Amino acid sequence: MKKLATYAVAGLMAASPALADLVIPDLHYRTGPYAAGGIPFSDGYQDYFTLLNQRDGGIGGEAVRIVSCETAYNTERGVECYEQTKGEGALIYQPLSTGITYQLIPRATADGIPLHTMGYGRTSAANGAVFSNVFNYPANYWDGASVIINQLLEENSGSLEGKKIALLYHNSAYGREPIRTLEILSEQYGFELVQLAVDHPGQEQGNQWLTIRRERPDYVVMWGWGVMNQVAVQEAANIRFPMENFIGNWWAGAEHDVIPAGEGANGYRALNMNRLGDMPVFAEIQQHVHDAGLQAGDGNNLGTVLYTRGMYAAMLAAEAISTAQDMHGTADVSPSQVRDGMEALSITNARMDELGMPSIGPEFTVTCTDHGGTGMAIMQQWDASAQQWVTLTDFIAPDDSVTQPLVLEDSAQFAAENNIEPRCS
Amino acid sequence: MFYREAGDFKTSYAEDNQTFPIVFDRYRYYFVLAIGFGIIPFFITDYMANAIMIPFLIYAIAAIGLNILTGYCGQVSLGTGGFMAVGAYASYKLMTSFPGMDMAIVILLSGIVTAMVGVAFGLPSLRIKGFYLAVATLAAQFFLVWMFNKVPWFYNYSASGQISAPERTSFGFAVTGPSADIWAKYLFCAVFVFVLAWMARNLTRGSVGRQWMAIRDMDIAAEIIGVNPLKAKLTAFAASSFYVGVAGALLFTVYLGAAEVGEAFGIQKSFLVLFMVIIGGLGSIFGSFAGAAFMVLLPVLLRNFMTGTLGWESAIATHFEFVIVGLLIMFFLIVEPHGLARLWSLAKEKLRLWPFPH
Repeated sequence: MKKLATYAVAGLMAASPALADLVIPDLHYRTGPYAAGGIPFSDGYQDYFTLLNQRDGGIGGEAVRIVSCETAYNTERGVECYEQTKGEGALIYQPLSTGITYQLIPRATADGIPLHTMGYGRTSAANGAVFSNVFNYPANYWDGASVIINQLLEENSGSLEGKKIALLYHNSAYGREPIRTLEILSEQYGFELVQLAVDHPGQEQGNQWLTIRRERPDYVVMWGWGVMNQVAVQEAANIRFPMENFIGNWWAGAEHDVIPAGEGANGYRALNMNRLGDMPVFAEIQQHVHDAGLQAGDGNNLGTVLYTRGMYAAMLAAEAISTAQDMHGTADVSPSQVRDGMEALSITNARMDELGMPSIGPEFTVTCTDHGGTGMAIMQQWDASAQQWVTLTDFIAPDDSVTQPLVLEDSAQFAAENNIEPRCS
Repeated sequence: MFYREAGDFKTSYAEDNQTFPIVFDRYRYYFVLAIGFGIIPFFITDYMANAIMIPFLIYAIAAIGLNILTGYCGQVSLGTGGFMAVGAYASYKLMTSFPGMDMAIVILLSGIVTAMVGVAFGLPSLRIKGFYLAVATLAAQFFLVWMFNKVPWFYNYSASGQISAPERTSFGFAVTGPSADIWAKYLFCAVFVFVLAWMARNLTRGSVGRQWMAIRDMDIAAEIIGVNPLKAKLTAFAASSFYVGVAGALLFTVYLGAAEVGEAFGIQKSFLVLFMVIIGGLGSIFGSFAGAAFMVLLPVLLRNFMTGTLGWESAIATHFEFVIVGLLIMFFLIVEPHGLARLWSLAKEKLRLWPFPH
């Protein structure tokens, strides 16, 4: 019993004091029903920082130390992970969960730590005047919804009048985010919107697909994550829904979502906020990280959709840190300095070429008021025989005239509820 | 030796009926209170509070609530998560509608709202028993979660259906929101735990509690000796839901700060609280605390031990945590089916005789 108590105390004290490193927490989830998406993202995120450590000796000469914590996509564990890691001098959080993001927005803002919720989280955080410490560049959900509709408009020669579009969404904050945008767009363009919610974890969708069979929508748009994606693609294949009319958002378009359905998934389309393909940086990761045996996870995910996105997220974080280092003239930056760096971040094509990931994302510049980036995304399609995603389009721009008023309205409501004075004026 | 009863004379009925009749027990209780209220608030850190103490205290309230219903009155309930959601959404609506209201009142009113909902869902218990009642309360769980998802009024028409707790105060101190002092949050929960546990203990010792236990042990016999089953069962549902509602309100306002009904108050929460009650010990206030500690603190300690001290990868540690906690649950249920509370009372019996066992 005494021994157990000693261990317990040792366990509590285990949060060791901060070293003079750049501490990057990785709140990953490698267990549970969302692990299929969480593992490749976390692998990419960690591998890129390991590459920087191995090749360049860190960022600006300062080594990066990754502190990982398992959240299992559970908000309570996310809070615990945040509390556990923030004391070590955490510079930037990337929780990869909309639910955890909602918990962390007020906490991180109070603690002065920046939060990068890349293409997820609270959409209205794009308004930097209200959300000082939250950044969701390069794109957010409302942009995503608008991009899909823009693409469909183009395919239907500018009119969606009388069409029926079903939204199949994860019944959580994440899945409900695009509804308001799609409702406004449906009024604007005259299409009918059918909403179909899928409850956590998303394995049971028989009822929803029966409705789809009955309602016969022209398009099905999916906001799914984790095991829900695989099930949906399989169900769509089972009812022989035309796959090219089934479009996922950027969290529903990875290899593991479509491979289980085999040939049936051929033609399924999804958004992506980053480009795919063979980039020079992968060879460097292979050489410096994987060949040296330092890879996160089992090393199978190099180059997959979500691995690339995790790496892209890490690149954006590293660039923000180096921007902060230049701004403040110190290599050992603090969280609030990193926040300044994120707000001054500018990603150019030249810089992306230099980093060995040519045009992985769109060019964008962050400002005090705009934390959201351009919101552009590409459309990709699954080729089942070649087992790979084929890029269909260039970066498509969202309709800011639709999303921007919504962002302002929602953030104004948040500001009123929490007595926040808008900055940047 | 520690539990010496010789020489401890009681000269009045009040003394004879007190909760802790043994002197050592009583002092231990005062000692725990002194540490909980006098020492911890001064030394508590963010991590200690947000990851360990506050969830433990809140789940202890929920476990006491379910223990009243299941342990004392014998009515199995799987609707705990749903009732916690009622508490959480009631507190959210109160906080946003009446910004000036003291948080203590918000929490108590949320408990009362939950009690009324609980009574409504307790009505079927007059007709159905056992597993069938469990299924009826399961229906409450799913219905309530569905309702909070479906009706936008409950989440003030926010785009994502998330509710988030703004900063509110109690007696002038901020207790919710990110800038609230950590000791204030802790003390706020600790006061609720103390008052509610004290109330529960005395409720269960009095006539109401005896009626509940009579119903639990044999409802027909209880009815014959004059216990009104309608009154007994519905008071149990009301008291239990009040506790569970307070726990749900505290969980949302003080601990989480933002919640989404399906994720925070789903069926897994009902099971979690039920496991606390079963592992801690049915029909025991101490058991509720022990069960909450077992289900909340043990996983955190295990995880910190495996990732911090042993340096394992956190994903592997999580897998092992499932295995170890699962094994421990089985071990305790096999060794002591009546829960940790029974284990504790056995230890007490032994200590009373020690060091002369004959």
